[in-house]
Amino acid sequence: MRPPALRLDGVRKSYGHVLAVAGVDLTVEVGEFFTLLGPSGSGKTTLLRLIAGFESPDAGRIELAGHDVTSTPPHLRQTNTVFQDYALFPHMTVGENIGYGLRVKGIAKAERRERVERALNMVRLSGLERRKPNQLSGGQRQRVALARAVVNEPEVLLLDEPLGALDLKLRQEMQLELKRIQKKVGITFVYVTHDQEEALTMSDRMAVLSNGKIEQVGPPDEVYERPATEFVAGFIGISNVLERDGVRFVIRPEKLRMLEEGQEAQRGMNVEPGTVEQVVYVGMSTRYIVRLDRGDQLVAVRQNMDAPGQALRYEGRRVRLAWVPGHTYVLDHQRARSDAAAGD
Amino acid sequence: MEGFLTKLALRTWAVLILLFLFIPIILILVYAFNSSNIESWPLPGLSTKWFAATWDDPEIRAALELSLRAGLTATGLALVLGSCAAFAVQRMTFFGRDVVSLLFVLPLALPGIVTGMALNSFFHFNGITLSIWTIVVGHTTFCIVVVYNNVLARLRRTQGSLIEAAMDLGANGFQTFRDITLPLIATAVVAGAMLAFALSFDEVIVTTLVAGAQNTLPLWIFGAVRLGQRLPEVNVVVSFVILVTIVPVAIAARLTGGSGVVRTQAER
Repeated sequence: MRPPALRLDGVRKSYGHVLAVAGVDLTVEVGEFFTLLGPSGSGKTTLLRLIAGFESPDAGRIELAGHDVTSTPPHLRQTNTVFQDYALFPHMTVGENIGYGLRVKGIAKAERRERVERALNMVRLSGLERRKPNQLSGGQRQRVALARAVVNEPEVLLLDEPLGALDLKLRQEMQLELKRIQKKVGITFVYVTHDQEEALTMSDRMAVLSNGKIEQVGPPDEVYERPATEFVAGFIGISNVLERDGVRFVIRPEKLRMLEEGQEAQRGMNVEPGTVEQVVYVGMSTRYIVRLDRGDQLVAVRQNMDAPGQALRYEGRRVRLAWVPGHTYVLDHQRARSDAAAGD
Repeated sequence: MEGFLTKLALRTWAVLILLFLFIPIILILVYAFNSSNIESWPLPGLSTKWFAATWDDPEIRAALELSLRAGLTATGLALVLGSCAAFAVQRMTFFGRDVVSLLFVLPLALPGIVTGMALNSFFHFNGITLSIWTIVVGHTTFCIVVVYNNVLARLRRTQGSLIEAAMDLGANGFQTFRDITLPLIATAVVAGAMLAFALSFDEVIVTTLVAGAQNTLPLWIFGAVRLGQRLPEVNVVVSFVILVTIVPVAIAARLTGGSGVVRTQAER
């Protein structure tokens, strides 16, 4: 059996009194697209820098492909990084940038040229190898940074919020592109982001970090549908947390049905009355912020299928919110859900 | 119309200021070609005879040689010390770093008379005979600052992630320095050296106090003017000094994009 591409064991790192990484255990399998998701200050970038070797941990162990690299300097590690600011060498051409890793490893010129060519092809920048970085657009620089890292065929490719500086449209394009490249080259990706949508769309598995600790690890749908903690529930997507009969549980907005007068709930649904406090139009859908008569505030989402302008007229209306108990997820009691699902 | 008048007034004003600044310098350049040894206007005739006379003068030759040797040596020392200091201050965090940084720049801000007096007393106190080496030490104090300022400014503008990127790609410390750091700071180092040499080449105050009986080119000019002797040669020598200082300063300005030069010159 192949050892995992990356294994972290009790990794800790603090700066002065600030604990940036508070004991992280993690295993990333070969070929996985693994995302570290968390708000700023959650320790995700520090974790990435520890894996790359730019920082050394106060405690714990880091393994790459089964080898202990905890005290190996960055230039001897089989990792490559795509930096947030790309960090392209301004005095080198695109081709020299991409070939630099191969050059310092002493790879012959002919092979170097061939591999650089292939990498450029992969990121669809063929013909630009003579340009300087300052003659490229943001999206092109991003691709060069990616090619410069991938060309070395590292055990693990580390990406530090690589799409952060791009505009929305380009970002979505690059998300698909990154995924395509990752599948093609089969390199293990460890991807840092604070963008939950990015994490959900791209990852095979993801870890949600908060205050230097991992809150949950799992495939995106599992993390979204079954958040392990209130933090995860709150950080990923909009979540409604309710407490009824001493049990705290999460209902996602899209699972709530908003019933108007005269509409009947289906059998088996829980129904609670309330008032629409605010209507937020978001284009494809509309969010209704509803204050339940019992005091809780919930968010419901509806697709905008009605005539334009209809949604905004709901403000102040009396409504009832209905949900299927099996669509909720009980917090802090991982097992409770399967019980609820069984009774569904 | 008002816009036009304002523009015209501003332009006239700018031209007047430029004339104020440069007429004396231009006059000297013109008088260097005077055929007579009496300065009168208009010139009785044009000639280059003073250039030959100046060049053949052993006293002036010796002063030029001393100036060049002292300037080049001081620049060389400043290059090594100033660059190293800039790296240390940029790369490391240590107790009192800001104070150290200030101390490096202080010699440039201090009046030359203070630096000169201090060095003079120091040499005297320790029984060191004034020689070319005392001049070199005196000039190095302010030359370091120029190199230090230029290199530090460049290092601060350079993305820190570039160094990390190089290491990440497998370059060791030496390769990173050779392939990334050095090319990125090279122009700043050269600019710093050129400015340092220009400063050294026309320095008078500190030099007076540490040179003893020797004459650098500016000291020779100073002496000749004070005694009112050999003014035609003075004009030639001054023209030469102008050339030798302006060219490096202009090159340095090109290399650093202008900003660094103006600041360091103004501080002096």
